[in-house]
Amino acid sequence: MTMVTEHSGGNTQPSPEPSSVGDQARAAQLKALIEPSAPTGLQKVITILDRFTPFLIFVAVLVVWQAATWIFSIPTFLLPPPTLIVTAGFAVEPAIWGNHIWATFRVATIGFAASILIGIPLAIALANSRFLTRTLYPVLIVIQSTPVVAVAPIIVVTLGAGDLPRVVITFLITFFPIVVSTTTGLMATPEELIELSRSLRAGKSREITQIRLPFALPYIFSALKISVTLSIIGAVVAEFVAANSGLGYFIGLSTSFFKIPQAFAGLIVLVLLSLLMFRTVVWIQTRCAPWSLPKSERH
Amino acid sequence: MQNPPAIHFNGIEQVFKGAGSAPIHALTALDFTVGRHEFVSVLGPSGCGKSTLLRLLAGLIQPSAGQVEVFGNPVTTPRDDVGIVFQKPTLLPWLSVIDNVTFPIKHKQGRVGEAHRKRGYEMLDLVRLGDFADKQIDELSGGMQQRVGIARALLLDPDILLMDEPFSALDALSRDEMSLELLRIWHERPKTVLFITHSIPEALLLSDRIIVLSERPGTVRDDIIVPFDRPRSLETMADPRFNEMANSIRRRLFSHPVNAAAGGMA
Repeated sequence: MTMVTEHSGGNTQPSPEPSSVGDQARAAQLKALIEPSAPTGLQKVITILDRFTPFLIFVAVLVVWQAATWIFSIPTFLLPPPTLIVTAGFAVEPAIWGNHIWATFRVATIGFAASILIGIPLAIALANSRFLTRTLYPVLIVIQSTPVVAVAPIIVVTLGAGDLPRVVITFLITFFPIVVSTTTGLMATPEELIELSRSLRAGKSREITQIRLPFALPYIFSALKISVTLSIIGAVVAEFVAANSGLGYFIGLSTSFFKIPQAFAGLIVLVLLSLLMFRTVVWIQTRCAPWSLPKSERH
Repeated sequence: MQNPPAIHFNGIEQVFKGAGSAPIHALTALDFTVGRHEFVSVLGPSGCGKSTLLRLLAGLIQPSAGQVEVFGNPVTTPRDDVGIVFQKPTLLPWLSVIDNVTFPIKHKQGRVGEAHRKRGYEMLDLVRLGDFADKQIDELSGGMQQRVGIARALLLDPDILLMDEPFSALDALSRDEMSLELLRIWHERPKTVLFITHSIPEALLLSDRIIVLSERPGTVRDDIIVPFDRPRSLETMADPRFNEMANSIRRRLFSHPVNAAAGGMA
């Protein structure tokens, strides 16, 4: 059997054997077709390349960047080389990093949580009431059309010091996608499912909790993935306006002292934080609602 | 008439107010009965109000005039003794197969008791999906999904089973297979079945009687008794009378009678 497997390795299929060959050989032949055959050297290399391509590209960009700063002797305050950024990053005390990361994380998470807790019930209300849709929806669109960056200083003045103005700014940036997507999902529930619910005389609240909301979950998770990255943007915008801690504040402070490598280090930490929060949402979706993912993304 | 019929459509008129446009007259002077444990198919051109008729019986809509009666009682709301199999399987993809089957009780009462769970497994065995109870819906083929739909409709042991073109989305082979399966299930658990279809062979193979509706506004054009012996199989379709009947129904469907209302009982 192993003989056949080896011969038929790679993509080539074993050619049809003459009919004189015994059943055993044919069975082995079939098995070799079904079982994954031992990969050849080239295939192994391709598999490894495929797996590490994103990482390799990342490394390649860093190398080009580093080389460019050397070759063209770009001043570090314009574009510092990656090595300098890393050094600058490690020069900052871990406790200080922790403090800034925690401040940004706290504001982003509270603002994001608030937009879920307010956005989803609001979407349920909008999906169930034509009156609310007609009265509230225009207001929501006006809020969404107002550049939050422009409103942020006003909010800070109105709501004073503390986390509250920053949380409100984050909320204003994150809640609209959640409301719109959830409403769309609730409304997109197929008519037959609603008839099923009505034929069981189960009442409106069960129709929402057991049919419409689960049906809307894929829509809700798409919105959460957009909003979770927006929540970091919201927190940073708020920190640019007024703050004494947080990664946005840290970057602003670094640039005002021309510590460009340190500002870049802050940016990298910010990106990592954003990625981590995004991955957490994906992880929750995979764990709690795998059916809402395309089959290829379930694990 | 000692016992009232299982189903009685009594002089039904159904008019839908169109959205801004002229009202649609879907059904007119619709009048027929279905006896207990009778298998009756409703056949008609598309848009003749077949689905309207089913929704009336399910209590999802109310007639503009006339009355729908189930065992002598007028239908005003959806009833527990009427199970519905929808055109699409209409399953909930976030629930496993068994949870889909027991969903009616979960939806009505908030939780599924041990007795209903057992009954759910029993119904899955009946539709021959006993081994698939814990699978997810998207792991099943179209035919299997419709079996789950049938098991779910049977969960509360309804006297009446309404089926709205349940096999129309299946390929031809699965369709024949499911027709025979439905006959087997109907023999094991006799029910009054009202089966909406637009397939003449399907109606002939399954039913005791075929109600042929006219074009809109729909009314009973023919009420045909299907004479083939039970139990039926694909052999039934080889009976020379089968093709004869199919052809005559087809001719009737495509001819435009001078007076549809007078076409009444054949």
